[in-house]
Amino acid sequence: MLAKPRIGVYICHCGTNIAATVDVGAVTEFAATLPGVAVARNYTYMCSEPGQALIKEDARTLGLNRVVVAACSPRMHEPTFRSASQEGGVNPYQFEMANIREQCSWVHHDRHEATEKAQALVYAAVMKAARLEPLEEREAPVTPAALVIGGGVAGIVAALDIADAGFPVYLVEQSDHLGGRVAELNRTFPDLEPVSEWLPALVDRVQRHPNISVYLNSRVAGITGFVGNFEATVEPVGVGLAPALGRPQGSPLQVGAIVIATGYNVFDPRLKPEFGYGLYPQVVTTLELEHRLASGDLAVNGKTPKEVVFIKCVGSRDQQLGRPYCSRVCCMISAKQAQLVRQALPDSRVTVFYMDVRTFGKRGEEFYDEARRVGVRYRRGNVSEIFRRGDRVVVRVEDTLLGRTLEHEADLVVLAVGMDPRPEATDIAALLKLPRSADGFFLEAHPKLRPVDTAVDGVFLAGCCQGPKDIPDTIAQAKAAASSALIPLMRGVVPMEAATAIVDPELCAGCGMCVEICPYGAPALDPLWGVSRVNAVLCKGCGACAVTCPSKAIRLQHFTPDQILAQVEALVGW
Amino acid sequence: MLMDIQQHARELGLGLDLFSCIQCGKCTGGCPVSMTTALNVRSLVYGALIGDIAGPVHREELWDCTCCFTCVERCPKDVRPAEVIIALRSLLVEEGKVPSTIGNALMGIFRQGNPLGYAREDRTAWMDGLEVKPAQEGCETLLFTCCSSAYDIRAQAATKALVRVLKAAGVDFGHLGTEETCCGNEVRRLGEMGLFEMLVEEGKPLLEEVGAAQMVTTSPHCMNTFRHEYKLGMDVLHYTQWLVRLLEQGRLNLTGRVEKVVTYHDPCFLGKQNGIFDEPREVLKAIPGVKFVEMDRIRERSLCCEGGGGRMWFEGTNTEGRLAFQRVQEAADTGAEILAVACPFCMAMLDDAVKVKGLSERLKVMDIAELVAMAL
Repeated sequence: MLAKPRIGVYICHCGTNIAATVDVGAVTEFAATLPGVAVARNYTYMCSEPGQALIKEDARTLGLNRVVVAACSPRMHEPTFRSASQEGGVNPYQFEMANIREQCSWVHHDRHEATEKAQALVYAAVMKAARLEPLEEREAPVTPAALVIGGGVAGIVAALDIADAGFPVYLVEQSDHLGGRVAELNRTFPDLEPVSEWLPALVDRVQRHPNISVYLNSRVAGITGFVGNFEATVEPVGVGLAPALGRPQGSPLQVGAIVIATGYNVFDPRLKPEFGYGLYPQVVTTLELEHRLASGDLAVNGKTPKEVVFIKCVGSRDQQLGRPYCSRVCCMISAKQAQLVRQALPDSRVTVFYMDVRTFGKRGEEFYDEARRVGVRYRRGNVSEIFRRGDRVVVRVEDTLLGRTLEHEADLVVLAVGMDPRPEATDIAALLKLPRSADGFFLEAHPKLRPVDTAVDGVFLAGCCQGPKDIPDTIAQAKAAASSALIPLMRGVVPMEAATAIVDPELCAGCGMCVEICPYGAPALDPLWGVSRVNAVLCKGCGACAVTCPSKAIRLQHFTPDQILAQVEALVGW
Repeated sequence: MLMDIQQHARELGLGLDLFSCIQCGKCTGGCPVSMTTALNVRSLVYGALIGDIAGPVHREELWDCTCCFTCVERCPKDVRPAEVIIALRSLLVEEGKVPSTIGNALMGIFRQGNPLGYAREDRTAWMDGLEVKPAQEGCETLLFTCCSSAYDIRAQAATKALVRVLKAAGVDFGHLGTEETCCGNEVRRLGEMGLFEMLVEEGKPLLEEVGAAQMVTTSPHCMNTFRHEYKLGMDVLHYTQWLVRLLEQGRLNLTGRVEKVVTYHDPCFLGKQNGIFDEPREVLKAIPGVKFVEMDRIRERSLCCEGGGGRMWFEGTNTEGRLAFQRVQEAADTGAEILAVACPFCMAMLDDAVKVKGLSERLKVMDIAELVAMAL
């Protein structure tokens, strides 16, 4: 039985943000008349120290058991007022917020009508608050270890940081070596530094790190559990390939956090048949040229190329191919390779055909300047077609600055191929129910505020699996993912959402619709009783199961029908 | 008056999207006539977008476009560049500012149902001695002959060959006879939207009343508009697609031999625009004795013959550097004795070019249907 409500209502001026449009005094007077309200006040900034002190003080002296704050969006300050209520002795789940700023003062002009609307919103919040039940916030223990999926530069760096912080790391890589795509490169922009000068040392450190177990030729076949308590099964890729390092496989790995660093695929230019890739030996990709530059053999059909052409945006910025995004590295790779070709073949003419030059990173513009300084010609035009003429190929393109179509003959054509999401990402996404953006890359939880987090707590993203990026950005993101993964590992416990769904086993018919609808994998059918149970650690309190359940057996705490209907009734009856 | 070309295009039912354009030049770079005429489709898109082209401007090169749609196929931003040309042409059509030969062709279609202006009652002259069943009696397949296939003497030979092949396969097909009327594919691309709408309004019920399960066309141009713009309640196939099926089903047996080296020219409306690259090649390879060779510029990179988009009735602003001249040379360079085609327009353009370039001794242009008929 709930205690008789004693509600404190606090109306915020938000400086003039609210007070200029809403008559806060009138709203306060109105609130004081509502049933169960013990006190109603207004204040300039409720979120300020003195504002919060009002709540704590009243709660203690007046014996409040419910708090309503009418202010901004709960996205902004709900945590602030929940903890203020808690400090005053009120259960933080018996706090309710009325948004009279974003949903009222900011969007209305008429003072009278805005005031009436604010009063209605406060009324609804008070009606709900009276019915709120106390909920308990619990914590779950964390397994102090991490799983890193993918042994490219992103995975390596993330693994090293977590391991250096003192936690065991399991690094799973599907190929037979560490280093990923970067291991295929020769020199990197913007300093033309050979990869051999830094990557082997990094790989070596991983292999010798006491806290890191490397699983080569392996893939993650299954993941269950939740933040702090994941269980992953690793299996060998292919037959007869034993892991080169690490502990014997088979037993599942227990980890508290997961970093996904599965990387990218190189765009296959055969999907752009107009370039004749695969038909003409003169047409190669930037990755193939990288290998040739490393070996020093740039000859085509036994002859040293005199005319070299780079074509940008092959497989990027292309809606027809379903790849609308910029791959972010091709402009710099082209500038790098064009310089290296000029170095290797001083008699060659090197032309880069481009739509736009996007060398935006640190020292990027200077690197583009350097390419032109060493004699690389940049001509604006998106190449349309390649065909054969004698032992050369013809690059057909409009120089858009001249407004003239050219048939530019070349001995070597380099396609600056973009980045594709990896097909294996589909499997990982399915294992963890991870969302991906329309382009197929993993979706971060928020593009600005949570760039390495995912919709699944305890799972973080690093490198090109989240979207195309260069090595510096990849490493920065890997370090960010590692430090985010360390938060639960170092705390040792994870907070659990209190406003979770609960199933009434008497009403549940065991149909499993809740299991299907849940994006977080929280409900599961109990094999013994045939009814659904919601794992409170996985539940995010979204309510999808509650509205799906045909038997109305699922009740979402903090958003019960009783509470919501009281709120609606207040608004409709107004 | 400042004209909104984007709005005008939308009213014409075109998908042109000027605002998506980033002026990359992929369209003009791949345009087959951009090196031989003043036509620059990228520049037209830009002019239309910024309002520099603010109404019907008579630029003769607008009629140079063959509507091969290479620009549409390759545009990375789905602008559909060629449609700016169609939109600008339609403004000229509204003002009556069209080259006289194109005007005559449109008039011929309006009066006689064919752009050549021949009498409607002569449309079935090619059938003499062939006994083609009237479709009005009901048939499984409606055979639709392009106006060129029906009236042009060279193309008629291919039409007759096709009918012989179909009869040999024992399939049930019929023909609309003199009721058959121009499909209007080029009419729409010339910007004569009113006439095109009339052709659809009158043609669609006529075609559908037959109650056939499928329509088979001699020309990729007719196939294109029937498929995408008429929205007919039946499948529309190009005849090479049907021949492949008949060969696969064992209904068409080729017992004769054609001991020739053969190459094939992809029609833009069949290949680039409708992705039908393999079927014509499969038919050719199924002919006993044929040694099939490829040119360099094939499939998505095929060179346009310059017969589409109304160019059958307009010489173009550059009569010297015809692409068909280049094309027949490429075909001859492969060592082929026969340049196979699958479109009556390609037939006309390339056959003419072979004569002009003095290649008649070495190279003969033949329709795929003719080669198949030789192997019956």
